[in-house]
Amino acid sequence: MLVSERKPWEEILQSLGTRDRIFVVSCGGCADACETGGNEGLVEAKTKLQEAGKQVTGAVLVDYLCNKVLVGIRMGRYIKELEGSDLVLVLSCGVGVQVVGAMVDLPVHPADNTLFMGGFTGVWPGAERCAQCGECRLGVTGGICPVTNCTKELLNGPCGGSNNGKCEVDPEKDCGWMLIYERLKRLGRLEDMKGIRPARDHKLMEPPPERRKTIYWALENVE
Amino acid sequence: MKLRELFEEGRFVLTSEIGPPKGVLLDEMFAEIEPLKGKVDAINVTDNQSSVMRLGSLPVCHILKERGFIPVFQITCRDRNRLALQSDILSAYVLGVENVLCITGDHNVLGDHPQSKPVFDLDSVQLIKTVRGLTRGRDMVGNELEGSPEFCIGAVVNPGADPLEPQIIKMELKAEAGAEFFQTQTVYDVGQFERFMSQVERLKRPVMAGIVFLKSAGMARFMNQNVAGVSVPDDIIKELASVSKEDRPKKSVEITARIIRSLKDMCQGVHLMPLGWDRYVPDVLKEADLR
Ligand code: SF4
Ligand code: SF4
Repeated sequence: MLVSERKPWEEILQSLGTRDRIFVVSCGGCADACETGGNEGLVEAKTKLQEAGKQVTGAVLVDYLCNKVLVGIRMGRYIKELEGSDLVLVLSCGVGVQVVGAMVDLPVHPADNTLFMGGFTGVWPGAERCAQCGECRLGVTGGICPVTNCTKELLNGPCGGSNNGKCEVDPEKDCGWMLIYERLKRLGRLEDMKGIRPARDHKLMEPPPERRKTIYWALENVE
Repeated sequence: MKLRELFEEGRFVLTSEIGPPKGVLLDEMFAEIEPLKGKVDAINVTDNQSSVMRLGSLPVCHILKERGFIPVFQITCRDRNRLALQSDILSAYVLGVENVLCITGDHNVLGDHPQSKPVFDLDSVQLIKTVRGLTRGRDMVGNELEGSPEFCIGAVVNPGADPLEPQIIKMELKAEAGAEFFQTQTVYDVGQFERFMSQVERLKRPVMAGIVFLKSAGMARFMNQNVAGVSVPDDIIKELASVSKEDRPKKSVEITARIIRSLKDMCQGVHLMPLGWDRYVPDVLKEADLR
């Protein structure tokens, strides 16, 4: 289970900027269980977006977003709506956001922060990985996670070792920052690479106390 | 002495570089840099260069200072978290170091302790911003310092990177964070460097062109294949291959000086990386009509 929590709506709405036509995707897996996705999340997102004067071009629930094939089939039905959207708001863990980002040629913004992995790892689809950093920044990195795709977990662009699109540690491994750069360039959002990003808050990687309790409670209950 | 003062004077700044030994014997290192005395303005001391564990950059900076050199403290993000980085920066100041060069650092797996834990708690941009903050009397989280250090802050950039755009975006972030000058990866392709300079002039930061002494054609080919953003043109490789082993240093001096001469008017200084061939530095500078 990838445990997530909702970002403050203020932060989410701010991240959308002037982009008004929003397509919403919500995950019916872990995010539903965490009450950060699911049908309720979808309804909440629609309401919040409309209240903020945004147009919701479409809203779809997919269980699970970490199942690439399923995402492809479900999203495939909304090609027209997606073409008429400025971005996709995704209610799920970091993996789900990245899967959607890899599927559509639109910016994807996360509505949730992924906090930690509670035992079950989801249906891992392959390359899209989330390190549960607790502060999801996929909205400004073209939907590609810098924490897991950059070997040094850099937040402010590529290091000097990036070579022909590959990482300095392994000529077979893509440089995460080149992937981010290429994607942002394609999306016309290179300005997202500007502005200094502050250092990570590693405290956020510890499960918050109330979450910790729930895990223990669940285990105790099994006995 | 801060490099800033030299740039402000309009001086064409020359620096070189030394790697501390793996161990505690310093004599060889001293002998290596002896020919640099009075020839270069400052000497960079590398920080566990190429992720190979060595004697620390900071104590060596201090010793160089005592011996009359101006050290540039290279500090990487690979081995220390933000507490240790800030602490070492403060330590550098009390040990008389006035110039720091903030770099990301090579990844651990490229060095001699590939099993080690990579830190990278901060990236180079965040490190520069942090050092700038310290010079203004505050640590990273805003606590006030008892007395603030003063530094000239440098950063690095790779003008040969392909694509160049993300490098330049990052360079802008470094400048915004507080970098006062830039030192580049080694340059052999003068045309490429000129194109790079035309794109970064607007940043209004002095740029020092880096140059690694080419010791043989084999080394040049190796760099072309393995070092990001380095391209030694074919005619230089041919030139190196055309001479006998004994004549290589002479050839290397000739090539290096020639490159420096053609770069000289495009940038504000040169950073020499002789890799042990420090004894040829005076010849290079003379042939490049510098000092
Ligand atoms: S930024 Fe990366 S590690 Fe952090 S929550 Fe998002 S996907 Fe996960
Ligand atoms: S080469 Fe790219 S992926 Fe590798 S550490 Fe550098 S920026 Fe990160």
